[in-house]
Amino acid sequence: MAEMTLIEAIRTALDEALAQDERVFVTGEDIGRRGGVFRATQGLYEKYGARRVMDSPLTEMGIIGVGIGAALADLRPVCEIQFADFIHPAFNQIVGEAARMYYRSAGGWQVPLVIRVPYGAVPGGGLYHCQSVEALFAHIPGLKIVVPSTPRDARRLLHGAILDPNPVLFLETKYGYRQIRGEVPEQDAPLLPGPARIAREGGDLSLFAWGLMAFYAEIAAERAAQEDGLDVEVVDLRTLHPLDQESVLGSLRKTGKALVVHEDTRTMGFGAEIAALLVDEAFEYLDGPVKRLTAPDVPAAPFNRGMFDYFLPGPDDIFAAIRELAAY
Amino acid sequence: MPDETGPGPSQRLSDDTLLEMYRLMLLSRRLDERAWALHRQGRVQFHVSAMGHEAAQVGAAFAIKRGVDYVVPYYRDLAMAIALGCSALDFMLGLFARRDDPWSAGRQMPCHFSDRGRHIISGSSTVATQVPQAAGLAFAIHYRQRAGLVDPQDATQPRLALTSLGEGSTNQGEWHEGMNWAGVQGLPMVCLVENNRYAISVPQTEQMAIPSVATRAASYGAQGESVDGNDVLAVHAAMHRAAQRAYRGEGPSLVEAHTYRLTPHTSDDDDRSYRSREEVAAAGEVEPLVRYRQTLLERGLLTPSRVDELEARTRAQVDEAQRAAEAAPEPAPEEADSPVLAPLPEGLT
Amino acid sequence: MRTSLQMPKLGESVVEGTVSRWLKREGDAIAEYEPLLEIITDKVDTEIPSPAAGVLLRIHVPEGETVAVGTVLAEIGEPGDVADEVQPAPAARAGRLSPAVARLLAEHDLDPAAIPASGREGRLTRKDVEAWLASRPQTAAPAAPDAPGELLPLTPMRRRIAEHMLASVRTAPQVTAVYEADMGAALAGREALQAEHPGLRLTPVAWIVAATAQALGENPLLNAEWRADGIFLHHERNIGIAVSLEDGLIVPVIRHADRLALPDLARTIADLATRARSGSLQPDEAQGGTFTITNFGAGGCLVGTPIINQPQAAILGVGALQQRPVVHAGAIVARPMCYLSLSFDHRILDGAVADAFMRCMIDSLESGLNADMEKQD
Repeated sequence: MAEMTLIEAIRTALDEALAQDERVFVTGEDIGRRGGVFRATQGLYEKYGARRVMDSPLTEMGIIGVGIGAALADLRPVCEIQFADFIHPAFNQIVGEAARMYYRSAGGWQVPLVIRVPYGAVPGGGLYHCQSVEALFAHIPGLKIVVPSTPRDARRLLHGAILDPNPVLFLETKYGYRQIRGEVPEQDAPLLPGPARIAREGGDLSLFAWGLMAFYAEIAAERAAQEDGLDVEVVDLRTLHPLDQESVLGSLRKTGKALVVHEDTRTMGFGAEIAALLVDEAFEYLDGPVKRLTAPDVPAAPFNRGMFDYFLPGPDDIFAAIRELAAY
Repeated sequence: MPDETGPGPSQRLSDDTLLEMYRLMLLSRRLDERAWALHRQGRVQFHVSAMGHEAAQVGAAFAIKRGVDYVVPYYRDLAMAIALGCSALDFMLGLFARRDDPWSAGRQMPCHFSDRGRHIISGSSTVATQVPQAAGLAFAIHYRQRAGLVDPQDATQPRLALTSLGEGSTNQGEWHEGMNWAGVQGLPMVCLVENNRYAISVPQTEQMAIPSVATRAASYGAQGESVDGNDVLAVHAAMHRAAQRAYRGEGPSLVEAHTYRLTPHTSDDDDRSYRSREEVAAAGEVEPLVRYRQTLLERGLLTPSRVDELEARTRAQVDEAQRAAEAAPEPAPEEADSPVLAPLPEGLT
Repeated sequence: MRTSLQMPKLGESVVEGTVSRWLKREGDAIAEYEPLLEIITDKVDTEIPSPAAGVLLRIHVPEGETVAVGTVLAEIGEPGDVADEVQPAPAARAGRLSPAVARLLAEHDLDPAAIPASGREGRLTRKDVEAWLASRPQTAAPAAPDAPGELLPLTPMRRRIAEHMLASVRTAPQVTAVYEADMGAALAGREALQAEHPGLRLTPVAWIVAATAQALGENPLLNAEWRADGIFLHHERNIGIAVSLEDGLIVPVIRHADRLALPDLARTIADLATRARSGSLQPDEAQGGTFTITNFGAGGCLVGTPIINQPQAAILGVGALQQRPVVHAGAIVARPMCYLSLSFDHRILDGAVADAFMRCMIDSLESGLNADMEKQD
């Protein structure tokens, strides 16, 4: 058992995957000698060489397109998009190609591709280093969307994503890279995309979150317990697509109240999907409106720190939203 | 124009191979013509034609290890698919969108080829998206060879990735980014540009400021060559040179085959608004099937009676494929629900 | 230029605040930063300085009211400006049931009115219903099938009375205090009035209603109801009279009982009772009561402990009128006496207030009622 940051757990998983399977290689911009702009691949170039830890030309659509080709040829590419903000040039390769390959070939071709993407708001990041893109991709059939919020899950899920025969978008909260710490067992089984995690059990209210917001949600839930005696159930979704509907519905059926927190902007955010699911499938169990706490509908977190803090929901905001919904 | 390039590999093709190439071009042409007829009769929804491109496609296919090397074609490559081993029935099942359509089981438009066993990669209708994927396939070949996982000379393993597209598609970012990647890493990739002078309706002169796409190859450290795309042997020769470079680890090549689309873009297109009838008729004078038949007649490999016999056999083949496809079962509508996600391998849950 | 003052967010997690005191009245001049009002929140009690100089045009939130952060409290402007009409507050959520609550109520055949609500604006929550179900006495085991007896099916009225009674005793801590009144003056008054109105059916109840209506005016806590956000004092004195029916009872309401002179009061009581028994009351004639009187003495009962008709503050039970020996001016004399039982909600008022109310009521009853009331005729 060792304590790790989120980024250390990811690096550990990459190291282990490279050691275990000769088909695994890592590519992306500055991931070789530089070790990645966030140091996710630090030391791996020295250990595995340029063939397996390969700096790419500066082309996001190339990174994904080449990754697709390599995956079709039964390698196990782990592609890094330096910032989620830069993923848009690769949108067609991900959405039009990787996600549709299996269906359009009637099961003939699989794309076992992992796309690692640092995403979300970070102070000083500005409009082009802060975007949250989960909702853009969660809409797409054929893609899996994984968002770990603990170091242990990051390591297990990255292994699971590499084992999965489908394209997996692996979203990493870069603000959480060094903020989130946790115990990681020496030996741990891979976790395939799918199941949500009940981060905290409670009967008063269900709080659905992922990534950094799941981390903040646990802080806010603890405060709600201390100050208001509220038992908030925190459900860390971990995989947005395919969604663990049973865990989401089960929690709501228990508590009757649902709060979804995401740092992505509001309109057509993934919270809307959760709300729709709850209303569709658990209407008779709702004891209050399904509430969303989200970033405002602006392009991304602004550079100015005050505006940044206003943009990004924090533990205090989550606590206030818990308190308000609990009183409903 | 094999004479211009000196004694090339096409001269070494056996008589049987030369006749086989003719037979495949003919089959593709007759299937194509039947598809148009079926569309005009309202019996099929859509067709996208390869007519006029048969020499470029069959010449290219015969220059690689067919069924072993990776091929990432585009929707106009019916003759390529036939040359790679797909059958008349495969095409007809796709044309009628039947359950047993081997390429997409009725999910895609016709001529969106896919055959894992023959290493033909499924394509989309969005142009040039396949180019970085072809670079990725070439990268995987390179990766395995450098890792010592395969013998670089082992002809039972794929040793190059061939992709094809029209000249208009070389304006796409994906084409440039894919070519650049293959060039910078010296990957065994061959890009066949089937230059038919129009991107649907817009002529090449309004698409790019250069007369030959082949000159673009230099930007990526690739070898570029233009050939008469209506001469199957010339295409074969150029493609053979490109493939050999790939096999030798000398990096990517671009072969531009100048040809002409004898039909509108698709069954939904009407080309009279952008091509004069005179231009189309003139192209028919030099069209590849007629030219190749003439070549084989001159070489004595074909006789008029043999030509008729091949026509009759091909006609029967097309009839039989059509009959079988029309009689084949439709998919159950609810089969549309899958397969979206590949199942997890055994032992993983 | 007009400036709106909103309930400020005085801390990260603060969501609401209470106006404790206005330091200015509407029309007062005010300087920028001059203290305007005091508010209380979970975190702080503080003065709020005015955001602008000018005149306090309109106070939107009265003292004692709790509102959400962001609610407009007041408007400040130039003299002569007209204040904006404030948007009406969202409709109270009481009575609107969430799907979860509706499902539970249906599953357990419950009346939502019977269950104490803890949600915002009086909303019944799922947890309220679950707590109610958990605290509900378990239904007695059904009698063995061979036990002699029969099952009376529950009529809708029986069921409704049962729910109301149960809800009342569960909702309010009720205490009953018993008083005694000498009805001599009332009987004398009735005799005199009967002579004036020979056809009118006069009962002493009319005198009791009149005295009660008068006393409610002086003791408003008895004419009130408990709400989650405070004690609501009714400005109308609408007195319900319990009327027993064959299969239950109903409580028609005398509206503005304080405004009716005795003959009209008597006429109204008689009319409502007759129509109650014939089933021809209009629905709204049994609604809107602010206080209830039950005349259980009609059946001979001397003293009772009536149950409050929710959500009112109190109910008065009238015992049988009896000639009883009482000590009067040092001698034992027979007087027409009657016990009056007042049950009241101890959340709203205490014994001393109840005593003051009853003293007031009995005084006016024994003094033959306030002469003014007769003059209103």
